[in-house]
Amino acid sequence: MSRLAYIGFVIAGLFILAAIFAPWIATHDVTVQDLAARYVPPSSEHWFGTDGLGRDVFSRVIFGARISLEVGITVVVVSSIVGTIIGAIAGFYGGFVDKFLSGYVFNVFLAFPGLLLAIALVAFLGTGQGKLIAALCVIGWVGYARVMRGQVLKVREYDYVLAARALGASNLRILFTHILPNAVQPLIVQASLGMAGAVLSEASLSFLGLGIPPPAPSWGTMIEEARQFFSNSPHVLFFPGLAIAMTVLAFNFIGDGLRQYLDPKQRTR
Amino acid sequence: MKYKLLNILRHAALMLLVIWTVVSLVTLLIQAVPGDPATVILGETATQEQIDNFRSTHGLDRPAFFFSIGGDEGFVWNGVQNQYADYWTGLLSGDLGKSFRTDRPVRDMILERYPSTIKLAIAAMLVAIGIALPLGVLAGSRKNSLVDNFASFFALLGISLPTFVVGPFLVYLFAVKLGWFSPTGSLYPEDIVLPAVTLGAALSAILTRMIRSSVIEELGEDYVRTARAKGLSERKVLFKHVLKNGLIPVVTILGLQLGVLLAGAIITEKIFNWQGLGLLLLEDGIGKRDYRLVQGCVLVISITFILANSLTDFVYRKLDPRIRLS
Repeated sequence: MSRLAYIGFVIAGLFILAAIFAPWIATHDVTVQDLAARYVPPSSEHWFGTDGLGRDVFSRVIFGARISLEVGITVVVVSSIVGTIIGAIAGFYGGFVDKFLSGYVFNVFLAFPGLLLAIALVAFLGTGQGKLIAALCVIGWVGYARVMRGQVLKVREYDYVLAARALGASNLRILFTHILPNAVQPLIVQASLGMAGAVLSEASLSFLGLGIPPPAPSWGTMIEEARQFFSNSPHVLFFPGLAIAMTVLAFNFIGDGLRQYLDPKQRTR
Repeated sequence: MKYKLLNILRHAALMLLVIWTVVSLVTLLIQAVPGDPATVILGETATQEQIDNFRSTHGLDRPAFFFSIGGDEGFVWNGVQNQYADYWTGLLSGDLGKSFRTDRPVRDMILERYPSTIKLAIAAMLVAIGIALPLGVLAGSRKNSLVDNFASFFALLGISLPTFVVGPFLVYLFAVKLGWFSPTGSLYPEDIVLPAVTLGAALSAILTRMIRSSVIEELGEDYVRTARAKGLSERKVLFKHVLKNGLIPVVTILGLQLGVLLAGAIITEKIFNWQGLGLLLLEDGIGKRDYRLVQGCVLVISITFILANSLTDFVYRKLDPRIRLS
């Protein structure tokens, strides 16, 4: 695997550890305000400085990892399960079912720019972590469905599948024991890129004020709050920005690395 | 010829079907708004008469759809006088309803802002091509060189850095520190530069990678060997042969990305206070809970996206006979 993929794994590992052990790593309470210490630059007391309400930026960035990870993992798990099932149905049954699903339903979901659909859903349904996750799942599943459908179409004509069918295996058994294991690799690639996408979308929606409402330390919300005073106190925006960039970069590195690793055609390039 | 016509018809039918679904979704989503839009807009202190008045002005007193299911009565037929049919009737005559807040036609509000969003999206696209074309070609023709490594790094950075991080940094550097542009708004023509670079950064990264791998792939083709064998210079091989073929997939990405840029413009417009469709949707629509306006904006952006995609598909097929035949 490429060196970048290993770097990705290390950064993603640190991010996950930070999220899990946030209460032990954070140096301050993330909601406690200290108006006497607003916009304090980084120091030994506040490693990443303080924000406009005197809250410790380091602790907020660490707890922000928790929000990103929660949202990211939930979105990836839910949308990959839904997408895998729908994609498998489309590819396996073919005919009218496939025409309806891949020809119509997939196209409808791809016809909306993802972020716009999420914005529309949140605008009509209201904000909050649950609704945000639901909106991101609605835009996320179709990617997995397409990957899965493609894999099923490819694998279902293989000799060993035909052999299993000849031996009398049921559709469900063929799907789970023969086709699914073959489709896992591209799904993992899709999941790591999907994780990067979910983290970025959560931050984007929170930045627009449509995601996780304050005072929760979402990285997107932190950037939105820091933006107005950026020229005087760049550190308040810099650290959450760096956290988003590193996390997204890490999962993209992993996704890219895995894709190259799993696809021998790309490996030689 | 008959096959070709059928194919075009099939694509057009799919496009119309998708547009129908998008319109239906956007129309029915307004029913999911928590609480009554009339009370949300008029406030808790509004009298019943004011609320009734508001509801009848905006057609909210009619049933949502042709029929309703559920409740005590089960299936109820509501007739053709319903909000869904109203919206369609309006839409087909170019009417997107009236703003809940200002009573102005939503169509006019959108038409005022649409050009500046398109301008921003096109400017972003030009920035992206301007960066990606030279960088991608250089990287692809000199695989594994220093330029190539730099291009790969730049591309990954561009994809991972969110717009709302790039934007404020550009403002800080070029507007606040260097004073080349005004930090917010669009006072002068050159003020489009920072928003365009912000919006185009991610696209330039994607394009750089595409052009690079396209160039690498084409350089391995037989016709390149032939061109070299007949004594063409490397520059001619690259620009006369490789680029011509290698840019076909890039055209597709550009078309597909126009819609993404329109949606992404929402964030960029917020950062730079750029008075486009995105800011209209965010501030006047979602911010003021003007759901009619939200409907209109979402619809216009989606339809632009769908049309751009269909057009791209069409151009792509024209460009590459291999796809036309397959």
